[in-house]
Amino acid sequence: MSTHSNPEPSSKTPAPLEVHDLTVAYTKRPVLYGIDLTAPAGSIVGVVGPNGAGKSTLIKAIMGLLPSASGWIKVFGMPFQQAVTRVGYVPQRESVDWDFPVNAMDVVLMGRYGRLGPFKHPTKADKEIAMSCLDKVKMLPFAKRQISNLSGGQQQRVFLARALAQESDLYLMDEPFVGVDAATEAAIIEILRELQQQGKTLIVVHHDLTTAPDYFDRILLLNMRVVAYGKTQEVFTFENLQNAYGGRLSILSEVALSRAQKKAEGDAPDNIRL
Amino acid sequence: MRAFWKQDFQAEANFSRMNRQERTSVLVPHLRLLASLFLLLMISSVAHAAKIGEIAETSWAEQALDFFALKHPAIRAAALGTLLIGFCCGTLGSFLVVRKLALLGDTLSHAVLPGVALGFLWNASKDPWAIFIGATGAGIMGVALVGWIKQTTRLKEDSAMGMVLAGFYGLGVCLTSMIQNMVMGNKSGLDKFFFGQAAALSSGDLWLLGITSSISIVLILIFYKEFLAMSFDIGFAKAVGMPVRALHYLLMALLTFAVVVSLQAVGVVLVSALLITPAAAAYLLTDRMHWMLVLAAVFGMASGILGAFTSYLSNNLPTGPLIVLGSTSIFALALVFGPRYGLLTKILRRKRQRKRIALENTLKSVFHLSENSGFTRKEFDISELAKERNQDLASTEKEIRALVAARLARNVDSEGDTEWSGKARFQLKKSGWHRACEIVRNHRLWELYLTNAAQYQSDHVHDDAEEIEHLIGEDIVQRIEERLRNPIQDPHGKLIPRRDQITA
Repeated sequence: MSTHSNPEPSSKTPAPLEVHDLTVAYTKRPVLYGIDLTAPAGSIVGVVGPNGAGKSTLIKAIMGLLPSASGWIKVFGMPFQQAVTRVGYVPQRESVDWDFPVNAMDVVLMGRYGRLGPFKHPTKADKEIAMSCLDKVKMLPFAKRQISNLSGGQQQRVFLARALAQESDLYLMDEPFVGVDAATEAAIIEILRELQQQGKTLIVVHHDLTTAPDYFDRILLLNMRVVAYGKTQEVFTFENLQNAYGGRLSILSEVALSRAQKKAEGDAPDNIRL
Repeated sequence: MRAFWKQDFQAEANFSRMNRQERTSVLVPHLRLLASLFLLLMISSVAHAAKIGEIAETSWAEQALDFFALKHPAIRAAALGTLLIGFCCGTLGSFLVVRKLALLGDTLSHAVLPGVALGFLWNASKDPWAIFIGATGAGIMGVALVGWIKQTTRLKEDSAMGMVLAGFYGLGVCLTSMIQNMVMGNKSGLDKFFFGQAAALSSGDLWLLGITSSISIVLILIFYKEFLAMSFDIGFAKAVGMPVRALHYLLMALLTFAVVVSLQAVGVVLVSALLITPAAAAYLLTDRMHWMLVLAAVFGMASGILGAFTSYLSNNLPTGPLIVLGSTSIFALALVFGPRYGLLTKILRRKRQRKRIALENTLKSVFHLSENSGFTRKEFDISELAKERNQDLASTEKEIRALVAARLARNVDSEGDTEWSGKARFQLKKSGWHRACEIVRNHRLWELYLTNAAQYQSDHVHDDAEEIEHLIGEDIVQRIEERLRNPIQDPHGKLIPRRDQITA
């Protein structure tokens, strides 16, 4: 990690999220290269790109769930670990076992755990917050339902409620619209807009190009590196999309792959740069 | 006092034979279940034979009294020990079950064997502390090795666990066999570590058990929310700043302790079953994690006591298999009689549903009769209904009787009379008529929804509606109605009963 040579953020109130030159590589497969991303407060940033572009990886790397090979990440000007209580997270729905013996309320209450810290158990106030979050996503009638007895859209709303219960300023959402019905999608986007109006910042991984320009005011077009990033109308051009989804990328990924493999065999420099 | 918990020399002599059985059972875990079932069949006869052999010196009830009065210190030790073991293994095993790590329990229990042997060799005696330290070390090494293989190779966790399990166990069997062959080995008592003998629990073992149980329960209480969050969604737990790696190793350490202290009474081979089975039974009975922990603890303790007691009754059967049989029986009961997911419940529910659907179909036919008359007639006789439903009089009469029994219809001619004939007339009660309207409404709305909103052909929709009419609730029906903008007619031109008409 060579963070010291890089310029520090200059403005007085630090951006909710600043990613600089982030590179992430799994043991064999390189995934993200030199990602730069600054999300201004109160923006909804859509992370869009083809399958395997590293969208989820980016979210996970921001939260330190995956080790980064180089670059730095600052959340409100701090390393992520110092800002955990200010970050809410909606993982992909498939990432958990829905047969787990908890009900919807239990899951939402987990959103309070980060603020509680160790050795403390949820209080009545925490439970009330969890209830109101369930209410916001219109899931209060299902609070006592075991989570496998919920539909896909309902499960997604429970995950959203859990993130709301975190009462964070920055939200990272991994494909919150996958497998939900149209009504749920509309309800979710409404809640996201509400959060935005409260000045919160949202980073949302999204795979549906048709709705992306409607949902987000900024878009990060991703395909292993940043293809384009900025205001939606500037970024969402045919050329950029062609760049992100088109054939040219396969060469890059091929070269990247062979370099990483050479590195694994020990005859390439430590730091993969393209 | 019978010759209870006496060293069984024949078992000692059979030890090497047992070893061979061991190795096979590692490779074929299912054999264990079969063997257990076989044992279950045998227990009664064995206990019986023992009783006859000893000329019924004590009756079954007296033995039970003897055991549960806890007069004899060996019995006290065995009872307390198996209770604590059941408690420890039940609670900690719950986390294995919900995290789908059942095989890890198996790996852990087999991996400790070489540690047991080395602990024994330390000062050539069955010193519980030396064995505890050796076994814990081996167990942690085994788990760490699984993690290391998973991280550094492309092998997945299950293969890693399978290999570590067998490798460590093989080493353990060799070491224990060597000890057995040494002079001192004759009375080493190491064979008890294979199948377990609750009577072999020393006061040192009990201390260890007590300490481990206390530590486990205290740590689970303190870190309950961390363990819960981590087990459900490890990414989220990490994202909210929980030290998930440390928590994972803490849980693994507790599990290792539980396995090691249980070895004496349950044995290496079957201790994993005690981790999994009570927790699995609890999982079938509840949808909340904390209740699962409580139930698993109770089931574990019950299995422990049950095992110790049956072992006492049968005199020379090892405790481990009996404890596991106890927990397997509890699991079987939960599987069959569980109020939510039990087989019996499912069967009853299905039966009730079939009955309800039959009633509703009859009601619907009566509605059709009434509709054909332009809703002018309310009384019908059985032969009319039989014709409408296209079936014989006898079964139609049965259906009407069911309606009457369910208080949905009444016999017009003779209130409560048992004499029925083809001409017997009946009328729907208000509740029956409401239900009939509801079913017809569900049916016709669904047909309309399929044709209008889902673009089905109108001649394709009837059969589907026949099924759906019994299943959709009022909320969905109302949503369909809104979606279709309160329609009046179904695709075949028939009127759809309106909500307000039904309740009016």
